[in-house]
Amino acid sequence: MKAKIIITPKKAVVDPQGITVKKALEHMGYTGVAGVHIGKYIEIDLAPGTDKAAAQKAIDDATHKLLSNPVIEDYKLEITD
Amino acid sequence: MNFAVLQFPASNCDQDAVHAVRHFGHSARHVWHKDASLGDADCVIVPGGFSYGDYLRCGAIARFSPVMQAVKQFADNGGLVLGVCNGFQVLTEAGLLPGALIRNRDLQFHCENIFLKTATNDSPFTSQIPAGKILRVPIAHGEGCYFADEETLAQLKANNQILWQYCDKDGNLTDSANPNGALLNIAGICNEKRNVAGLMPHPERACEPLLGSDDGKWIFESIFAALKNKTVAAAA
Repeated sequence: MKAKIIITPKKAVVDPQGITVKKALEHMGYTGVAGVHIGKYIEIDLAPGTDKAAAQKAIDDATHKLLSNPVIEDYKLEITD
Repeated sequence: MNFAVLQFPASNCDQDAVHAVRHFGHSARHVWHKDASLGDADCVIVPGGFSYGDYLRCGAIARFSPVMQAVKQFADNGGLVLGVCNGFQVLTEAGLLPGALIRNRDLQFHCENIFLKTATNDSPFTSQIPAGKILRVPIAHGEGCYFADEETLAQLKANNQILWQYCDKDGNLTDSANPNGALLNIAGICNEKRNVAGLMPHPERACEPLLGSDDGKWIFESIFAALKNKTVAAAA
């Protein structure tokens, strides 16, 4: 079982990496790019036999406290088999 | 006066901070991040560097070090805490200061001298800075762009919590004088109780003319004055 966490910058936060990559894509000729947002992907391997609901709750807590900074980032958490 | 200077793995301005305090005739010592106690301390400095390699986010892991519980308690009891550069990042991550420090807007690491305007003398970190004095101090960071949501910014302004702002040599808060894109040109702030402050520039690297500037001394002199007043108040 794995926990998959996608962390992205909040909309109100300026994302200079995203802006730079968007410009690079446009420069390369890729059209129709309205925005690029660069974040992080974290994968956590869960020990066999872990209770899914309990893991969801614990990792959500850990993501709020450590893995993301709620002042500047949003996240999506998914537990997969 | 006793200064406790924290040391995390990859702190690299801890020696400079200790040196600066001793240079002014006060006592300073390192406190290892795994220590649960600060010992006898009048002021805590959270120094610059790259604590824990800046993994995850700058300051994110350091804030969970055992010593940070002691720092939080020290701050809750009204003790003076100054975070410099990575120390500022640690204090925001720990929730001791509002907002966050994000990647510089031009994605570059900036290592240069900048000018600072003191926004208020009403704090233990700025009281001795001469009126109108523009400080020349170095910065060295890649993630020093101060960000906070509008509500937090409004609170910072309403409570006079903005202590230092990037400016040009004449004290104008221009966009070109802002090295990292910080909102409102913010270089440093304090908490609502005014006993915890953080700034991205390095006053400890500008305390002797030999280093090109001794303007950083005004921030240290302010802390010394605040501690002296406290001692006098305690003795009275």
